[in-house]
Amino acid sequence: MSPSEKRISGRGATERRALSARAVFAGPGLLYVTLFMSLPLLLILVYSFFTRGRFGGIVWDFTLDNYGRAFEPVYLKVFGTSIVIAGITTLLALLLGYPTAYAITRLSPRWRTIALVLVVLPFWTNFLIRTYAWIILLNSEGPLNSALLDLGIIGAPLGLLYTPAAVVVGLLYAYLPLVVLPVYASIERVDRQLLEAASNLGASRIRTFVDVTLPLTLPGVMIGAIFVFVPSMGNFVVPELLGGGKTVMVGNLIRDQFLEARDWPFGSVLALFVVFLLVALFALQAAISRRINGKQVTRV
Amino acid sequence: MKYTSDVLFHDLNVHAITRAHKRARGRKAMHRTIGKAGLAIAGAAAAAMVLSACGGGDSAGADLDPDADLSQQSLTVSNWAGYYPEDLGAQFQAAVGTPMTITNHATNEEIMAKLTAGGDSGIDVAFVSGQFAQALNEAGLIEPINPEFVPNMANLYPEAKELAYDPGNAYSVPYAWGTTGICYRSDLVDEPTSWNDILEPSAENDGKITALATERWLMLPAQKALGFSANTTDEGEMEQVKEKLIAAKPGLLAYDDTTFYSRLVSGEATMVVAWDGWCNYGTAENPDIKFVVPSEGSDLWADTMVVLKTSENKEAAHAFINYILDPVNHAWVAENILYKVPNAPAMEAVAGLAADFPNMGYTPAELLKQEGLIDLGEAGPMYTEIATEVTSS
Amino acid sequence: MSKVGWLRLPLAVTYAFLYIPIVVLVIMSFNASKTPFVWTGFSTKWYGELLNNELIREGFINTMIVAVSATILATALGTMLAIGIARYFRSAIVEAYSLAPAIIPDLALAIGLLALFSLIGVSLSLVSVLLSHVVFGMAFVAAVVIARLGQTDSSLEEASRDLGASAVSTFFRITLPSIAPAIIAGALLVFTLSLDEFVVAYFTDGPTTPTLPIVIYSMVRFGVTPEINALAALLLLVSFTIVLSAQRITRLTDSV
Repeated sequence: MSPSEKRISGRGATERRALSARAVFAGPGLLYVTLFMSLPLLLILVYSFFTRGRFGGIVWDFTLDNYGRAFEPVYLKVFGTSIVIAGITTLLALLLGYPTAYAITRLSPRWRTIALVLVVLPFWTNFLIRTYAWIILLNSEGPLNSALLDLGIIGAPLGLLYTPAAVVVGLLYAYLPLVVLPVYASIERVDRQLLEAASNLGASRIRTFVDVTLPLTLPGVMIGAIFVFVPSMGNFVVPELLGGGKTVMVGNLIRDQFLEARDWPFGSVLALFVVFLLVALFALQAAISRRINGKQVTRV
Repeated sequence: MKYTSDVLFHDLNVHAITRAHKRARGRKAMHRTIGKAGLAIAGAAAAAMVLSACGGGDSAGADLDPDADLSQQSLTVSNWAGYYPEDLGAQFQAAVGTPMTITNHATNEEIMAKLTAGGDSGIDVAFVSGQFAQALNEAGLIEPINPEFVPNMANLYPEAKELAYDPGNAYSVPYAWGTTGICYRSDLVDEPTSWNDILEPSAENDGKITALATERWLMLPAQKALGFSANTTDEGEMEQVKEKLIAAKPGLLAYDDTTFYSRLVSGEATMVVAWDGWCNYGTAENPDIKFVVPSEGSDLWADTMVVLKTSENKEAAHAFINYILDPVNHAWVAENILYKVPNAPAMEAVAGLAADFPNMGYTPAELLKQEGLIDLGEAGPMYTEIATEVTSS
Repeated sequence: MSKVGWLRLPLAVTYAFLYIPIVVLVIMSFNASKTPFVWTGFSTKWYGELLNNELIREGFINTMIVAVSATILATALGTMLAIGIARYFRSAIVEAYSLAPAIIPDLALAIGLLALFSLIGVSLSLVSVLLSHVVFGMAFVAAVVIARLGQTDSSLEEASRDLGASAVSTFFRITLPSIAPAIIAGALLVFTLSLDEFVVAYFTDGPTTPTLPIVIYSMVRFGVTPEINALAALLLLVSFTIVLSAQRITRLTDSV
């Protein structure tokens, strides 16, 4: 056997081993994801084309009505409200999260880690409790109102709780860490040489930021925005607890289809909408970040 | 429907109620004695029931075993949080010998979702409102009640045996009943007389009102104010109901079916739509909190006990229902939850409660003047859709 | 530093926003008053009340059963998945597919799982919650371990394989020791996730076995009480401890 032949057969054996190793290591996990993520999502896709059972569940009569219903004015309005509320939340999260992420990149490495951990820490705590904290804080007799009253800033307690603004604050609180992290990562990746080049060429710091840093960090910004926007649309706890039931979002609608109306097919349509929104936004993000990265390469 | 006070508020309520009772000529102590003695009697009664059931032989309904050893069965019961005496499980076990676990649900909808999800929910007896019992029966999920195993059904008011959702109590047994009205601070506002006092509030009450959020009771004030049935499935009527509720929304502090009475206590709200019994929790804390049924009328609701088809402890389940319907036990329940129970001798035993909580004194005849709620059948989704339109407006 | 002095403003605003509610909650948990948002005096009695609350105790036990089992299963599956992806597949699509459960909207996953369990006749119980928690827990473990595998040198493993060691023995002798800290960190994260998870549990749990977040949800809906403040403070402490340990463990390995 020639050395080259030997190498080929050796590679074949290695490949076979790698194949079986793939199956051994990744097999169970991939099977699990397929069974308990893909199959459930596929199932709600199937359900969305059939008729509701009177007591929940499904009757196997094919229909497209569930999709038609989603375009009725009442639901379009809920979509509208959700987009506005989730949109404002996302905007605020970026306005607060971007400068924060930027500031963190300018800290010393030691402080940088501490700062990042402090941003992430609340995210890992119980979401209901974080929402609950705002009920305490915003209550008409709560600490915020009493502080403002004591300082003489207001004359009478403000009705802060049970407003759309309270919903925005609750959602912002829940998802702000999800903006800071990807934005931080993208700022961190921006080539320092590029920035130096820009400033050497006489660009002001603001010009450098607007022309170089901001576009290059756009992919990270978009990831952060998706991480806030999509879960905000699907959240039903915050509108219920902080909105006093007066603000209805897509999440509430989905929950109600499964609890109140027992209309699984329509609930499935609405849930699919949130999933497709996520997928579409990620696809958009991918396309844009490819363009930006492409540009960066041609520029350099 | 009601979530009544949560366990967390439970202590607080019990204290407040105890205080109220002390004011009411030390009646509480008396009831407690009755309660203790009654438990022994109840135990004997339950045993007697089992024995008599043994004699009964040919059971008309389900194939229940009259010789079943109840101590070998175990019961899991789902009830609204705080809607039963805290030591009910322990007392039942002491009396009948069946170990019992009580789990809580917050709303009819929550427990319905679990019961209709397929599979075995693990629940033997569920507490749901009448119209939901009706739906569960149509879905084939609950067992017919075998009256031979529940001799205490005889204690029910005749009126409580002919409720619209299940005439004859074929598959459900009423646990508590009442009506819906306006709970208000009599020291802050004049007595409301009409549902329109809630729906079109005066300037000083604007933003100090809460309405119930669960569908049927969300619709009720507007349905009654407009002179419609609380069970209407007429689209034109419901359109008007919707318009009225949308117009009323800006005057609301919140939609609330869990904490409304504490908002009255704190003064955050001055008038709230409330179930009669739950208003009593507010009254216990502040006697200025009063309950009124508006002149346009209201609903008659009943919360019932049903036995699940999946239950493997059906004899014990029947024994539990029978245990509740024992006059002493049902009086003990009424005293604890401050809701009326449809049990004639039990209500006689707690007649004194009406001094502090006038709505405890409503007679069955008075309740029957209100409209009994029934399941809406195919019109259910229309209500959900209108509820969405209202709350999202 | 003076150049970037203005950058302290967003930091101050963000940290104030993130931590003031938590601090207020913890302070209020020591409030003597029954009204949980009006301070009247110092007391630790609500912590005592907490221990006597039967519902919370049951919820806690149920949650621990789920969280511990989910951690074990998700860590085992997630670690193997990570190695399979990072060392054998090296495919971005497979990686994205494996990590998707961590990103997919929880409500959609929850109702999908409910529909699945209902269709195949699995009774809702702690088991269905466990099965559900493992799917996204596994994704989190895989993400952490893949990141770690990216930092470690794979030449040792290749050498081991070239010398004829089986994939399994290479795994136990070479790979596992080098990624152990990441596995532990991943496990800790799954544990906190499962401990705090509400939406999926709300839909997939059976009615007789509520987990702690479900208990908290119904408590919060019945209004604010000092007991919830105490419970919240304790849970915050637990989550903080676990996440900070996870952080320390991964950092230790970074410095190695």
